[in-house]
Amino acid sequence: MPKLPGLIKGLGVTMGTLVRTVKDGANTVQYPHAKESPPVRARGVIALREDNCTACMLCARSCPDWCIYIEAHKQLAPPRRAGGKPRQVNHLDRFDIDYALCMYCGICVEVCPFDALFWSPEYEYSEPRIADLLHDKTKLGEWMETVPEAPALEVGAEKKK
Amino acid sequence: MIAQLAVEIPYWGQSLLRVVGGLVAVLLPAGTIVYLFLFKMMSFMQSRLGPMEAGPFGSMQLFAEVGKWLQKEDIVPENADARIYKIAPIIVLVSTFLLVVVIPFGPDAWFTNFSAGVFYALAIGSVSVIGILVAGWSSANKYSLLGGLRAAGQLIAYELPMVLAVVGVVIQAGSMNLQDIVMAQNTGEIFGWSGIGFPFVLTQFVGFLIFMIAVQAELTQAPFDMPIAESELVSGYMTEYSGFRFLMFFIGEFATAGVFALIASVLFLGGWGIPFSWFGWETIDQVDNWMNIAGPLIMFTKMMVLTGIIMWVRFSYPRFREDQLQRFAWKVLIPLSLANIAVTAIVKVVV
Amino acid sequence: MTMLSERQQLSYIASQAADARLNVELETEGMTLNIGPQHPATHGTLRIIARLDGEQVIWAEPSAGYMHRGYEKLTEVRTFPQVTSLINRIDWLGSFANEVPFILAAEKLMEIEAPPRAQHIRTILFELSRIANVGLFLGDLGVQMGAITPVFLAFRDREYVLNLIEGATGGRFHPNFDRIGGLKDDLPQGWIDETRQVMKKLRGFCDEIEDLLFGNEIFQSRTRGIGVIPADVARQYGLSGANLRASGVDWDLRRDQSLPMAWDKVDFKVWTHPDGDSWARCWVRLQEVRESTKIVDQLLDTMPAGPVMAKVPRIIKVPEGEAWVSTENPLGEMGYYVVSKGDLGPFRVKIRSASFNNISITPWVLKGVYVPDIITILASLYFILGDIDR
Repeated sequence: MPKLPGLIKGLGVTMGTLVRTVKDGANTVQYPHAKESPPVRARGVIALREDNCTACMLCARSCPDWCIYIEAHKQLAPPRRAGGKPRQVNHLDRFDIDYALCMYCGICVEVCPFDALFWSPEYEYSEPRIADLLHDKTKLGEWMETVPEAPALEVGAEKKK
Repeated sequence: MIAQLAVEIPYWGQSLLRVVGGLVAVLLPAGTIVYLFLFKMMSFMQSRLGPMEAGPFGSMQLFAEVGKWLQKEDIVPENADARIYKIAPIIVLVSTFLLVVVIPFGPDAWFTNFSAGVFYALAIGSVSVIGILVAGWSSANKYSLLGGLRAAGQLIAYELPMVLAVVGVVIQAGSMNLQDIVMAQNTGEIFGWSGIGFPFVLTQFVGFLIFMIAVQAELTQAPFDMPIAESELVSGYMTEYSGFRFLMFFIGEFATAGVFALIASVLFLGGWGIPFSWFGWETIDQVDNWMNIAGPLIMFTKMMVLTGIIMWVRFSYPRFREDQLQRFAWKVLIPLSLANIAVTAIVKVVV
Repeated sequence: MTMLSERQQLSYIASQAADARLNVELETEGMTLNIGPQHPATHGTLRIIARLDGEQVIWAEPSAGYMHRGYEKLTEVRTFPQVTSLINRIDWLGSFANEVPFILAAEKLMEIEAPPRAQHIRTILFELSRIANVGLFLGDLGVQMGAITPVFLAFRDREYVLNLIEGATGGRFHPNFDRIGGLKDDLPQGWIDETRQVMKKLRGFCDEIEDLLFGNEIFQSRTRGIGVIPADVARQYGLSGANLRASGVDWDLRRDQSLPMAWDKVDFKVWTHPDGDSWARCWVRLQEVRESTKIVDQLLDTMPAGPVMAKVPRIIKVPEGEAWVSTENPLGEMGYYVVSKGDLGPFRVKIRSASFNNISITPWVLKGVYVPDIITILASLYFILGDIDR
């Protein structure tokens, strides 16, 4: 078979794509009507489980662009057992993440020693005003509902302790 | 022309009809081409859907775009030659309107019936070069200037093969009147068989190819889009334009694509006609009046096929370099079209 | 000698002066064309100052730095884990590949080595980011030359690769997945099968691009013999990666140096081209994408089991010392010279990014070409602006 000239072949590729698009639909997603579901691990937004947070400030200190703001005060909590001494705990007054600054590196989630921060793949929280991107602890707490279970690991992976 | 219709239309009515007809003949193809090919065909070739929100399947997108452009500020650069800068897009658009004037859409549906219609069309077709050159020069922008110069060089280089390609058709039809060329194609017969008439694309296939390539260059569509060359010259001669002046260039570009496709269909594909033998017509006077309605539709279909090919090529190919383009015009297309003329003339004389 | 009347003399002088004026007028002045910093073809804010004679370039110079973000300085005030999240923004299309040499340098200083499974996954993600990066280049090439369709096909198929990277690391563009001593996490279930399918799709994409663009006679006439860089000039200007290989130099850091990565466990061909023109550079990259898909396939087949993290202290302090590690990134040789004073963060980091050296050849290679060829040559040299300015 003689070699087809490249010019004709090129026309064939575009026509082929056209036919495929008409037949099987486009590769794009019509965003507001249809949504792609991001992978489980996707770093969309950080969720906070307030009860676990001890205001240890590890996340705020390890953040590369310092977008986490934590304020807390010490207070006495009722004792664990009846008759025990009241405990001194850090009560979280403020836990803000400024998503206008955040670069979604995930270091805060990783360093948190008490499992208070989680990644959620939710991504629809853009705001018309940049100041509204500062999420306070109630808003961060609401994201907890969207946090998925950690996915199962691939064959050959070491079991988590 | 109107006399043969059943109703008598007064002169002002005829004028009005002509104006409306001209607007429709320029804007309707432009709109359809933009929507069907630029929005939809290109998107599908790139595995996406294109505009989908404005109207059903995005069909109102064009009106939204026009509305957007009309709202935009009409910016004139400080150093620009303001008056000429403002005139340039009008020249381009008007040349398109002047071009549509000669095209016959039916046995009586024409605007003017020049006896040297081909000559007129080719002459007016190059008026837009002045508009583009003026736009490039007056913008006071280096990219625009380079774009305008490229456009001038390119359009002049490709005007020639276009003219020469048409000469073959003129020789074969024996007339420069576009209406006569249509007649010649539809009354002709191939070795006594008149089933499909005798469209000149069969004998003038080389001329047809040359003509289409030249049209592609004349319209500055890829692979000949150096005057615009968005990756090199930002937007060439249109760089500084905004708002409705850009819209004029835009309409001009696609309307001219439609008009040149109409001319090509007249010259090579039989124009508005259907083979006359189907209905037993022999001369133009015998053609029924309903062809004045059907003719434009047939023309429109042929135009869509041709612009479809133009756009398909545009979406698939990378562009030439300026010197390669000139070399292609002068060393390949012009000798080829001259040879085509020679062969056509010899055959014409012999037969 | 004939006597000239005063009138004749004056007219003679006047004609001489007119001639001189005409000569001055005819000597055309060059035009300085500023390509960029905002220009559709420079994909970023690279500025090229070109003096033109007509459409021919007589002198050209790149002017970088419009997007300088000061990464070398930023690293000095950040800890090692924080640096990783910064440096994957250098070459933003192949970001995982940016992390690897830095982590390897830090590991070299700490004298630890990632476990074999981590090395394997690192290499796979490295090659995936190469495919994502160079795959987009193949499409972008079309846009630079006026063909609009290839770039959409490239975006379409790059999406599959980005989805893979996101599935494994959580970030499409900025994975931040590499840690000193291994990786952040293991792969999620089903990832390997998905990757195999995507690799098949990408080989199809390469064929498609080859038909649509590389086989096109117009494309060939635009690239063949344009912007020829001979091998010795390429070496003198410090070119690396595909640009160097296209000049016929058989040089590939993946094969030529031994790093704790999995490249020595697979066999792959290092593609070279003798011509050194734009066509060669594009063609070598196309072959590299194909080769990368094969490397990924082989690595998936030989994935070892085990942990993905070596034993490292929770708070990482890198011992005092200096280390230089460079790898074969999608754009060329990328290396980090890390100086540590035993602190939480590096004392000084010198980043050698490929694009900065690759565009240094532009004044040499752009001399005498036409304006449209500036674009094709720049496109074929392939730089990422973040990689130039850092």
